[in-house]
Amino acid sequence: MCLGVPGKVLETYKLHETLMGKVDFGGIIKEVCLAYVPDIQVGEYTIIHVGFAITRLDEQSAQETLALFRETGLLEEELLAADDHAAASETQPS
Amino acid sequence: MKYLDEFRDPDLAKRLFDEIHAITARHWALMEVCGGQTHSIIRNGIDKLLPDKIELIHGPGCPVCVTPLEVIDKALAIAAHPNVIFCSFGDMLRVPGSGQDLFSIKSQGGDVRIVYSPLDAVKLARENPSKEVVFFGIGFETTAPANAMAVFQAKQQGLMNFSMLVSHVLVPPAIEAIMASPTNRVQAFLAAGHVCSVMGYWEYEPIAERYHVPIVVTGFEPLDVLEGIRRTVMQLEAGRAEVENAYPRAVQRQGNIPAQTILKQVFEVGERKWRGIGNIPNSGWHLRGEFRQFDAAAKFAVEDIQTQESPLCHSGEVLQGLIKPNQCPAFGKECTPRKPLGATMVSNEGACAAYYQYGRFVSLESITS
Repeated sequence: MCLGVPGKVLETYKLHETLMGKVDFGGIIKEVCLAYVPDIQVGEYTIIHVGFAITRLDEQSAQETLALFRETGLLEEELLAADDHAAASETQPS
Repeated sequence: MKYLDEFRDPDLAKRLFDEIHAITARHWALMEVCGGQTHSIIRNGIDKLLPDKIELIHGPGCPVCVTPLEVIDKALAIAAHPNVIFCSFGDMLRVPGSGQDLFSIKSQGGDVRIVYSPLDAVKLARENPSKEVVFFGIGFETTAPANAMAVFQAKQQGLMNFSMLVSHVLVPPAIEAIMASPTNRVQAFLAAGHVCSVMGYWEYEPIAERYHVPIVVTGFEPLDVLEGIRRTVMQLEAGRAEVENAYPRAVQRQGNIPAQTILKQVFEVGERKWRGIGNIPNSGWHLRGEFRQFDAAAKFAVEDIQTQESPLCHSGEVLQGLIKPNQCPAFGKECTPRKPLGATMVSNEGACAAYYQYGRFVSLESITS
């Protein structure tokens, strides 16, 4: 039930004095309450839970996390490759 | 979908698995607190691909599962009332009370409705002034701001025919209760990401220090879960016990301040009973005095509730991480999602439901022994 789905804000408006908006979830568009992300701008991403935006999705952090994952193990791979290379050159007649 | 698919990339998952294998030297028992994480782990087979030395203990983070039986029975009694429209999130409808569930009340003519958002229930109250509209307000800190807003709006709009049956629970006191238990085996926690989106993670810092336990704020997609595990194992192997944020795209240390402001206005902290676990001090939210007129438990005095748990159900032990779902003798036999004995077999976040849905009928322990 703590499921939260990222969606892109398409428009914002007030309803019963509360900030609401239309959010696009990969093609499905729903009305959600934006009262807890009052500074959100159209085009930004947010995480929606039971019809409420609970946080702005920080796109820079998302990219940084992915970049970190892409680097994971790369150093080890390079070291292993260097070892292989070294081993290979040792067996070659000089 | 953007910001989902990237965090399910199998090549990056393999890198994280390799890294976790490389850094794991000793045996460790980690608890993922949230049922949403449990489902991600079982659905993606993460537990099977981790080193044998890492055990994942499934936590109690399933609000439907821990809602006390007497509150379910109270909901059933209110929903059966002829002038009531009873609104609930969908996964509550099949949760067994002592005798029946909300679906059976509906089939007997009760007006029970599934809503997507608590604001849908407020709208129903506005449109049906001659009816009493009751919303079943359950959940952890993630859901609480939505439910608080519903009560807040009902008061603002003078909707005296709206009320809420509140059974809200809080994560940090539950983590403390687990750490303080004499049977505890948990050595580190993956904290529930969206709970922390709302509340932040500063509350966990004294807990990590007091119990010398690493707590890593973790998201829900496979790569998020793996990164949470990787960071936790790194801490354990190094003897560190810190709070780390492995879900920075959705969580900041201070949490969501506008949400916390309304929460403080509407709710106050008090004792809460957890189904299968028992009373935990300061682990629940209750409506404050100025919102008491919207408290369905007070509005509908339901007397003489005699609760009766199924004698075959071991969901309490599952919720406390003492047994795995498929170690319960009734699992997949007397107890299935179609005929559940306990709430853990019902909810999308229940550990028993996850094991059933993804075909974990035999325990890993019984294969290896």
